[in-house]
Amino acid sequence: MAAPEGSPDGRPGIWRRHRVAIGFLAPAAILLAIWIVYPAISTIYRSFFDRTGSEFVGLDNYEEIVTTDLLLTAIENNALWLAVVPALVTAIGLVFGVLIEKIRWSVAFRTAVFMPMAISLFAAGVIWRVMDQRDPEIGAVNASLAAVVDAVDPPGAFSDAAGSTDRLEGTPKQGLRLTEPLRAGDVAQLGLTAIPPEDVPEDAAQARAPPPLPDGIAGVVWVDFLPGGGKPDVVEKGEQGLPGVSLELRDADGGSLGTVETEADGSFAFEDVGPGEHSVAISPETFEEPFSGVDWLGPGLITPAVMIAYIWVWAGFAMVVIGAGLAALPRDVLEAARTDGASETQIFRRVTVPLLRPVLIVVFVTMLINVLKVFDIVLSVAPASSQDDANVIALAMWRTAFGGVNDFGLGSAIAVLLFLLVIPLLVFNLRNFRREA
Amino acid sequence: MEAAQQVEPVAVPPRREAFGGRIVRALSKGPINLLLAFIAVLWLVPTLGLFLTSLMPADVVSGQGWWTVFSEPSVATLENYEELINNEEITGALVTTIVVALGGTAIPIVVGALAGYAFAWLEFPGREWLFLLVVALLVVPLQMALIPMFSFYNDIGIFDTALSLILFHTAFALPFAIFLMRNFFVGIPKDLLESARIDGASELRIFVRLILPLGLPAIASLAIFQFLWTWNDFLVALTFGRDTQPITVAIFSQFRQFGSNIDLIAPAAFISLAIPLAVFFAFQRYFVQGLLAGSVK
Repeated sequence: MAAPEGSPDGRPGIWRRHRVAIGFLAPAAILLAIWIVYPAISTIYRSFFDRTGSEFVGLDNYEEIVTTDLLLTAIENNALWLAVVPALVTAIGLVFGVLIEKIRWSVAFRTAVFMPMAISLFAAGVIWRVMDQRDPEIGAVNASLAAVVDAVDPPGAFSDAAGSTDRLEGTPKQGLRLTEPLRAGDVAQLGLTAIPPEDVPEDAAQARAPPPLPDGIAGVVWVDFLPGGGKPDVVEKGEQGLPGVSLELRDADGGSLGTVETEADGSFAFEDVGPGEHSVAISPETFEEPFSGVDWLGPGLITPAVMIAYIWVWAGFAMVVIGAGLAALPRDVLEAARTDGASETQIFRRVTVPLLRPVLIVVFVTMLINVLKVFDIVLSVAPASSQDDANVIALAMWRTAFGGVNDFGLGSAIAVLLFLLVIPLLVFNLRNFRREA
Repeated sequence: MEAAQQVEPVAVPPRREAFGGRIVRALSKGPINLLLAFIAVLWLVPTLGLFLTSLMPADVVSGQGWWTVFSEPSVATLENYEELINNEEITGALVTTIVVALGGTAIPIVVGALAGYAFAWLEFPGREWLFLLVVALLVVPLQMALIPMFSFYNDIGIFDTALSLILFHTAFALPFAIFLMRNFFVGIPKDLLESARIDGASELRIFVRLILPLGLPAIASLAIFQFLWTWNDFLVALTFGRDTQPITVAIFSQFRQFGSNIDLIAPAAFISLAIPLAVFFAFQRYFVQGLLAGSVK
């Protein structure tokens, strides 16, 4: 080692005296200096220069951060992340932590919820991207929602149907209306096509045009189609009636006078129809589409979708840390509260939570730091088309510097912004950590 | 004997009560058990979904959800995995991941333990200050190093190599590793060290023969934490890897056609998370410890 020789008073030089310590420290010192200290300083310096690094631009890059829409979206989104996710993760961890103390299979529960922590955030994103597919036939989240929505508000049977003649006008959304005016004694024929055979109800029977009613309007709704064609607007043998179709009778001004449903053979009848012209329409709910799925990965909901995936990963962390805190609570205090007749809710709010405060704060602040740096999971959940809307600071930094634009000046400025935001939180956490350790 | 006979009649009634009480308690806890069972299932379903998706052929998975495997088990096949094994891009990425994760775990542990020992037991001026400085480096997010190291790696010609990834991970693991090691080593009884020194053992010998074995619990926690960190890395590899891609980046480069490549993406993603999961189940205790300690990062 190129150590200076002994000092004038004859004692060995500082380098030689501590050469053992230097030997132990040197590898770490070199790595830290080249990979952290030098780049950190370089990035700060670089943030005051333009994209190529040739021209000093002062604070222009920082100004650009707060004036560029795309970057502002990133900051806004990150602010939303900070406001929502750490609080939610901490709350979920607290609730899980308290509840598992009351069950016998807490180890199994903990394992299930903690498991995603082992998985990379990137892979977790892939998992949720599969879950969040829009089509309820493929995406599990929408499939679950569809099961609920379609049970509450059942879809109409014939969502793609259309009239077999142009005398039926309208769209499935408005309902299909027979254009010809009807009076008491008339028979209305409402032929439909474009109904797949598997959609025809099982109880459907041969269609039958009903006899006219003296004081009412009778009619039939049927599948006006035979393999090979058939004649439009004529009820033929082999054509099936459509049961359960809801029909609306309207007066000349379009006001509703009542509804009836068709029989197995597709026939229906409005009794006691007054004088004047009427019209008959198939109600829109007949054509109501089944639940088509929430567009989780679209621009509107992408940030909540990524947040859900992220919370799925981190809830286990919060639960385990808070659980350790709960286990360390003084049992006698809790017992004393119970003896004094406090209810479980009171104990939770007045005793458990205040005693757990330091732990809750550590979890919360740790999550603030994590959320500030969120990156991988955004890129893996959000499709390219939604990434602008899902943007966060770390992603904006990466895309600016390496995502094709290659603006190292602006990218450095965004990195410095991230650095400045993380510092106070980490200092706070380290202080806490040292106090506990 | 006599005492036991006396105790028995007393002991029986409470046992009966406890039994009845247990039923009452179990019933009153029914809702909590149900709720938590529901939550546990909710937490397991997404991973299960990825696994079942990975078993379905592409033409099937584009039309029906993974849950249809339950009603139609014949759909499931290992074909996707067979194809994955023959896909050189993916197998190459797995090798890269293994190399980076092992190197990125071993090197920071050795370097961190050396420095941790120096900070704990060697005398030198400015020890406290230097240690504080090292810990302070914890606050530097790795985004601060991406741009300069991108240029630096290009300049010295190690861009797009496993080594560049390993060294980057090593450096950013060090502040925490040194912090953890030093705090653990300080707890080693001084007498042990003193007697070894009096016996004339060199510091290096003391480090290898005494400190490392004693520090094993801390090293194990750190090793697991760091292994998962490097195995799961995406950001660093995405920045410095082009042809040298670990599995996360290799999967990401298939994203352009997410839907039609799902028969490749799903099994690759599942393999990439199966190893961390195995580590998790094998070393759960160390895993939790390492993670909790590392959470200050």
